[in-house]
Amino acid sequence: MSGSIWVLAEHWRGQLSESTYELLALGREIADGLGVELQAVLLGHGAADLAKGLGKANSVLSVDHSSLCEPVPEACAAALVQLIKERRPRSVLVPLTNISMGVGTLVSTAVKVPAANFCRDVRVVDGGLQATCVLYGGKIEATVTMGAECSILGIWPGARAAENGRSDVVPPVEPVTVSLPEAPRVRFKRYIEPEAGDVDITQQDTLVAVGRGMQGQANLALAEELAEVLGGAVCGSRPVIDQGWLPLSRQVGKSGVSVKPKLYLAAGISGAPEHVEGMKNAALIIAVNTDPRAPIFNVAHYGILADALEVLPALTEAVRGKKG
Amino acid sequence: MNILVLLRMIPDVVEELEISNDGKTLDREFLRLIPNETDDHALEEALLLKERHGGKVTVVAPDAPELDDVLFACLAKGADRAVKISGVEPVMGGRAAARLMAQVLTTAPGLLPADLILTGVQSTEDLDGLMAPILSHLLQLPYVDNVTQVTADGPGKTVTAVKEFPSAVRAEFDVQLPAVLGIQAAEKPPRYVPVAKVRAVMKSQHLESAAAPAGVEAGQLEILQMAKPEPAEHAEMLAGDPAQVAGKICEILAARGVL
Amino acid sequence: MGTETTLVSEAPCEITLENFLEFPEGRKVLSCIQCGLCAGTCPYGDVMDYPPRRIIAMLRAGMLEKVFHSESLLNCVACYACMAKCPRDIRLTEVLLPLVKEEIFVHLPEVPPELQKALQNTLRYGNPMGESPRKRVAWTKTTDVPIPILGEMSRPVDVLWFVECYTSYHPRGQDNSRALAKIFNGLGIDFAILGNEEKCAGECARLVGEAGLFGTLQDYTMTLFRRYEGRFNRIVTSGAHAYDAFRYQYPALGFDYQVDHTMPFLFQHLEQLKPMLSRKLNYRVTYHDACCLGRHNGFYEEPRALLTAIPGVKLVEMTHNRINSICCGGGGGGMWLDTYYKAKGYERLSERRVKEAVATGADVLAISCPYEVSRFEDAAKVLGYDNKLVVRDISELLAEAMQS
Ligand SMILES: Cc1cc2nc3c(=O)[nH]c(=O)nc-3n(C[C@H](O)[C@H](O)[C@H](O)COP(=O)(O)OP(=O)(O)OC[C@H]3O[C@@H](n4cnc5c(N)ncnc54)[C@H](O)[C@@H]3O)c2cc1C
Ligand code: SF4
Ligand code: SF4
Repeated sequence: MSGSIWVLAEHWRGQLSESTYELLALGREIADGLGVELQAVLLGHGAADLAKGLGKANSVLSVDHSSLCEPVPEACAAALVQLIKERRPRSVLVPLTNISMGVGTLVSTAVKVPAANFCRDVRVVDGGLQATCVLYGGKIEATVTMGAECSILGIWPGARAAENGRSDVVPPVEPVTVSLPEAPRVRFKRYIEPEAGDVDITQQDTLVAVGRGMQGQANLALAEELAEVLGGAVCGSRPVIDQGWLPLSRQVGKSGVSVKPKLYLAAGISGAPEHVEGMKNAALIIAVNTDPRAPIFNVAHYGILADALEVLPALTEAVRGKKG
Repeated sequence: MNILVLLRMIPDVVEELEISNDGKTLDREFLRLIPNETDDHALEEALLLKERHGGKVTVVAPDAPELDDVLFACLAKGADRAVKISGVEPVMGGRAAARLMAQVLTTAPGLLPADLILTGVQSTEDLDGLMAPILSHLLQLPYVDNVTQVTADGPGKTVTAVKEFPSAVRAEFDVQLPAVLGIQAAEKPPRYVPVAKVRAVMKSQHLESAAAPAGVEAGQLEILQMAKPEPAEHAEMLAGDPAQVAGKICEILAARGVL
Repeated sequence: MGTETTLVSEAPCEITLENFLEFPEGRKVLSCIQCGLCAGTCPYGDVMDYPPRRIIAMLRAGMLEKVFHSESLLNCVACYACMAKCPRDIRLTEVLLPLVKEEIFVHLPEVPPELQKALQNTLRYGNPMGESPRKRVAWTKTTDVPIPILGEMSRPVDVLWFVECYTSYHPRGQDNSRALAKIFNGLGIDFAILGNEEKCAGECARLVGEAGLFGTLQDYTMTLFRRYEGRFNRIVTSGAHAYDAFRYQYPALGFDYQVDHTMPFLFQHLEQLKPMLSRKLNYRVTYHDACCLGRHNGFYEEPRALLTAIPGVKLVEMTHNRINSICCGGGGGGMWLDTYYKAKGYERLSERRVKEAVATGADVLAISCPYEVSRFEDAAKVLGYDNKLVVRDISELLAEAMQS
């Protein structure tokens, strides 16, 4: 449908990604605000089944092509460009993830329409779209307008809760064909699985960080459990590593590594400057500490003045409950 | 292998950023600029490729304050040439930067053809799009992003680019040359170059310069406003018994897309 | 505005390893009797491929090149222990070791990441932690007394207080600066600081072998001193390493100011200070001799005299004190090599030292070099002694003893 809002339904290794649901939640708001339809664009090969999960959209455009078997940005972009030229959507929401990073930019350049990158919010204002874009590592937020023309919006992960993008409704699916080059310039060869062995904490989205406030090595199990239900890993402050509770590779800070996870949960860490140096850029910092004056509360977004040994198990329970 | 590394100076966020009186642009007077971090990685990857396969590494960068020191450091690290695009107004965003680069690469002598064009996968000011994919479109070259390793089997027509996926999974792609690669991280952290070596290079080598083409268009996006989000001075405290607090955290995590 | 460091240096760098033997200082190594006292006294002597004695042996044998390819001198924390013990008075830590380290530094296959970051930060921001140079004076907003800035004053002052990095930026270092401000104010010292124009004096860059960086910082600071020529009489700093740099390195560039570390400086004012120390502090204190102050410059008694001037303080000594003091491990770049050492399985010197301090039964470990606060506090935490022992700069204790 011309004038509708599109969401690129990102999927990888047989599953729709969380970002897809986040974009659907956001796309739904925008489409409703404009009084137009929300359509999901599913590009893949043998992946049409995934359309079932896209019920938040009014309908799904499903493209099946052997070149779309794995997410090659050029191929995804080429397919999208054809669809956009044929159907003129109002705006296309593309996730800014490792998987789809360059797709939005490639498409906007080829179709010659404006793109807004790093959006953390998009709203309908006077019939036009306005986006809030995060620049300079979060130091500046720019409000930009796309007017009424077609635009490509690159959306940061976490713009909306994924939960709000899920639906039990099975949407109508329209299969569409595109023509893609027979001999692509970029060809997927193979995946390289992470080496077994110790986790790389710089690669984790969620980190449960433990400090001396955890009292003893035995209590680390509480952190491990929480990290497991959250799908993350455990890291620590230097004294924790020095005491041998965790290997050196898990040390965050000046003499350890710098991390930038989506969630950094600091349990029993005071927030010494040498520690903060390594985690201050985390997207969300939650600190549990028994000392109301602990400096960690000056960098954390949320603080809990309580015994970590009680909060961690309670949180593990709550997350389990939520996940069902 | 002939490799171009495109480098941009971007605002250094260690310093406070200020917004101009128009409320829509950064106050340039107080800015300090720093090389885009992933561009630094692009240079490192280029140098590693050169060490393995021979060839030449040329760094190209739009002129900016403090750029000369940065380019001399690139030469000291092992780049063969450093070309400064002179006569440019500071621009923000990937689109204008990509158009500028594309024009300079195609008009300035001795830059193209190149086998590989490496640049950082993104910069923190790519508001209207990332530079590498735009450039790849303008030059009609293949493109891969989030690259963490490039390998070549001798002087061939392709390279293998390793791209980073979620959960520490990576994937190999065959890429036809010439190509544009957006580098996420080099195989190893960018090397240190002792200051004395940079000084020596300042005496023994020189920077080249290429004139910026006239009338490079600005971005297409209309910026209504720029604002500095209020930095929180203190965490928002969550009160209640452990179960209640846990419930609140769950809500926050769900809203932030962590759960 | 001079916030950018330019890379062009005119720093004279006379003595090198090539012309080493043309200098009296260089020829002196020929008198080495290979007694091995240096290696024996070195806190990392057991893990070095080439401790000073062997370096000299290699130098004489014309095989120094081999030394350059061993990383092990990265373990040298520039503690001056070897130099203090050498029966031939060979100026190891001052002259020979930095020259050798320079070569080792350029031959390193990879600079340890923590050190690399500190060096890059120091070049770019003028402080190793990578904080904004425009916030260097931020701490002065947290003092009760005004801190004048030289560039903003129309009259000259007596003392230029060179604050240095940790004491400007690190929260615990700022405690030291706030205390000093209070003491200076109480003593009626006519002082000012350089403010945001100040940058690291560079000594640790030199001692880790990054001579070019040191030269750059030296040039910058000398330019600043020249700009304020006639606007101050002398320099006082609580940075033990800055003191060393000003006293031994900067004169080659024409620096001829009188320079004092705060410990001897306050000691000069002891009689005036004493009546102000009216609050009784019932602490059992042990004092850690900082390498630069003690072994390198012989200020053993001044800090102790200041401590014992505080009513109620009982001073107890560690087994290794004065010339035998054990380094905190932060010198010569050690501040940024903790993980490098740790990964190699070496004991952290700060922990060795804190164990000794605890063994004295002291409840305060008093220090006089800004690196030590964070190093010893951390070591006390790692060892689980933080309930028993607090780490305080002598200036902090003096300020506490002054009724406000
Ligand atoms: C050169 C140098 C480099 C360093 N590099 C690093 C580094 O890379 N990384 C690093 O982390 N540190 C580093 N440090 C050490 C740093 O200075 C601190 O010592 C360290 O970060 C403190 O660790 P911590 O917060 O676990 O311990 P503490 O500071 O002892 O904090 C423990 C906290 O737990 C709280 N607590 C106690 N009981 C409970 C409970 N039941 N529930 C909840 N909270 C509780 C306390 O209130 C306190 O705030 C470095 C130090 C130096 C000198
Ligand atoms: S200065 Fe200290 S650490 Fe360095 S070699 Fe001499 S004794 Fe060893
Ligand atoms: S202590 Fe002095 S004389 Fe003895 S081996 Fe060392 S350098 Fe030579």
